[in-house]
Amino acid sequence: MNFPALDLNSIWFVLIGILFTGYAMLDGFDLGVGALHLFTKEDTERRIMLNAIGPVWDGNEVWLVTGGGALFAAFPNVYATVFSGFYLAFMLLLASLIFRAVAIEFRSKQPMRWWRQTWDVSFAAGSVLSSLLIGVALGNLAWGIPIDARGEFAGDFLGLLKPYPLLIGLTTVVLFMMHGAIYGVLKTEGELHDKLRRWAMNCIIAFVICAVTTTMATLLYVPHIAARVREYPWLFSIVLANMLAIANIPREFHHGRDWRAFLSSCAAIITLMILFGLNQFPNLVYSLPDPAHSLTAYNSASSPKTLGIMLVIAVIGIPIVLAYTVSIYWIFRGKVKLDRMSY
Amino acid sequence: MDVLTLSRIQFGGTIAFHYIYPPLSIGLGLLLVIMEGLWLKTNQPIYHQLARFWTRVFALTFAIGVATGIVMEFEFGTNWASYSRFVGDVFGSALAAEGIFAFFLESGFLALLLFGWDRVGRKMHFFATCMVALGAHFSAVWIVVANSWMQTPAGYHIVGEGLHARAEITNFWELVFNPSMVERLTHTLCGAWQAGAFLAISVSAWYLLQNRHVAFARASLGVALVVALIASFLQLVSGHVSAQGVGRNQPAKLAAFEGLYETTSNAPLVLLGWVDEKNEQTRGLFLPGALSFLAHNDFHASVTGLHEFKPEDRPPVTPSFLFFHGMVAAGMATLFIALLSGWYWWRGTLFNTRWLLWVLVFSVLGPQLANQLGWFAAEVGRQPWLVYGIMRTPAGLSAVVQANVVLASLILFTVIYFLLFAVFIYLLNDKIKHGPYEEDLIPSGKLALPQHDHLTP
Repeated sequence: MNFPALDLNSIWFVLIGILFTGYAMLDGFDLGVGALHLFTKEDTERRIMLNAIGPVWDGNEVWLVTGGGALFAAFPNVYATVFSGFYLAFMLLLASLIFRAVAIEFRSKQPMRWWRQTWDVSFAAGSVLSSLLIGVALGNLAWGIPIDARGEFAGDFLGLLKPYPLLIGLTTVVLFMMHGAIYGVLKTEGELHDKLRRWAMNCIIAFVICAVTTTMATLLYVPHIAARVREYPWLFSIVLANMLAIANIPREFHHGRDWRAFLSSCAAIITLMILFGLNQFPNLVYSLPDPAHSLTAYNSASSPKTLGIMLVIAVIGIPIVLAYTVSIYWIFRGKVKLDRMSY
Repeated sequence: MDVLTLSRIQFGGTIAFHYIYPPLSIGLGLLLVIMEGLWLKTNQPIYHQLARFWTRVFALTFAIGVATGIVMEFEFGTNWASYSRFVGDVFGSALAAEGIFAFFLESGFLALLLFGWDRVGRKMHFFATCMVALGAHFSAVWIVVANSWMQTPAGYHIVGEGLHARAEITNFWELVFNPSMVERLTHTLCGAWQAGAFLAISVSAWYLLQNRHVAFARASLGVALVVALIASFLQLVSGHVSAQGVGRNQPAKLAAFEGLYETTSNAPLVLLGWVDEKNEQTRGLFLPGALSFLAHNDFHASVTGLHEFKPEDRPPVTPSFLFFHGMVAAGMATLFIALLSGWYWWRGTLFNTRWLLWVLVFSVLGPQLANQLGWFAAEVGRQPWLVYGIMRTPAGLSAVVQANVVLASLILFTVIYFLLFAVFIYLLNDKIKHGPYEEDLIPSGKLALPQHDHLTP
């Protein structure tokens, strides 16, 4: 790998990475909260947790929609190959996302216990399954999938369920649960706050175990990434940064600086995504067994003209998006208080 | 069934279901802006109550719209991968613009619209409402740009050959303002405003019939009826302009709409009738010369018939004909109801005319039917092309997806969407039965303060 001059293709590789990192950082915590909220049996506590993500989850999901759209636009061949190749997996992802969206909207509309339990279970199942599927998809892209000479996917659904991608899937679920628990700590007070802090600590331990296992598995069983790490040993410094960010979370908790704990968790996600990007570049889809068929930022991209126009749109749009996203998070800062507009 | 049929059923079905909701969000979004604007201007608490109630209905339609909308985006890749490869470069800019300018705007400010009532001042909240409505309208703009490009491609050239051929952009603005974009966008937006307005009209009429929430219902009906009248009138004009556009850009489609086989001058419009495809004739009640006028503003102009096109280049005639005439009938009925109610309202007797209120309760179906049938007509009439004149529908399919997995996902979506629709109706009914909250007549929190609230500590 040599890092080429910054051309449009690599800029869009990075921009799509940023969109998906934004997605993982933002929707990650509400997927995590979704996975966690069943752990409390009390309706009020569940409501507080759901309302902690209430005003923002929908906007968070837009990062996925926009990331997918940008992938379609910038690298149509990758979009077409991956989406048609992972057909059933993506259909399950869609079903989970739909269930999540309607469950949070519907659960508060009726007081019956069975009604709320049904939608809560749907919400949790949808959240866990979405996280898992996203992780398994990323794991497959890192491990490599069979691509034929036409650039089409040449495997099948069961072939996607190899141990390594499943491990990445599990790691993603745990990562999002950790992230969600920390976000929950930030947004709650009293008994629930303490409960969430305990869960966060458990999630951190689980995540560290997953992260170490994943790192070992990658170095041992994914030769093309191992080779890249041998060639560029400084990539380990990113792993180190990731571990430091994780280690910093209990420290910030200890000092009562919940905000900084959350930022640390965000930093952990960012470092993981950077690591993933650096290990992949310029491949978007690594082809195994024939790496020559890999789909890259160069052989799968739209024309330079389109990439250029999209860049103009992104340069105008992204600062505006960031500005009001930050403002809205600022307006809804502080602990959750239930009122009659709440879920 | 083969993979082509299954994929078409799945895409058509999921998009038809999705399209129940965005028009409601666009139409209700506009109503919310008007209602909250009226509240800011007049300070009458009834408008605050209006805005609060319709915000709750808006939230419901928006949630389902978002949930079913992601499906559309994914299906381009999952089921129509070859099409995605072909158009990615062209759609790229429109999609990027839609994501950045429309979706983020809509969903970001939605948080403030729904949950920000007591957290921000009046003007800030009004601004958020405007941004959500604007975002909803923007998303219509970009998706109609993309769809219109499939009807009337422009601003592109074809690069490569055979399997590797794809459309690449040559001129962004030519692509955006492709020949059918402006009239189709206008037509879509008017339909959306009608959908939102008639939902509000229907619920208000129901309250009036029940003699509940009378002040609320009268105010709500008033605002919505004005929007409905304007939108329905504009829709008439836009329908005429659209028909002319179809005649100009897609003559085979217009011929199929009217079941016109022979090229005819003084071409008639079918008022009521059917297509006899075997004998290539259309029978029924005609209005002589009206089609010529509709398409070319001239009763004697010549309208191209289906015989000018090879059989394999013609759209399926009977469905196109039925969908188009169904749309026109539903649209005209909607316009008529709006005019009639407007007349009674003007004379001050609308709120006591029970039979008309009953008609209004069911009027919500008019724009929904017209919107659905209109899209069916537009898309079926585009056949056999996926991109008009360039790519045929079967060529767009995914190369690696088998019929059995599409069948599985089709069953999955059918089950989920039936469930979704049942719950939607249940919850909508619940909200309507509950009606507006009394306490919404007294704005609370920062909203209660006078307008120059930034001076208060």
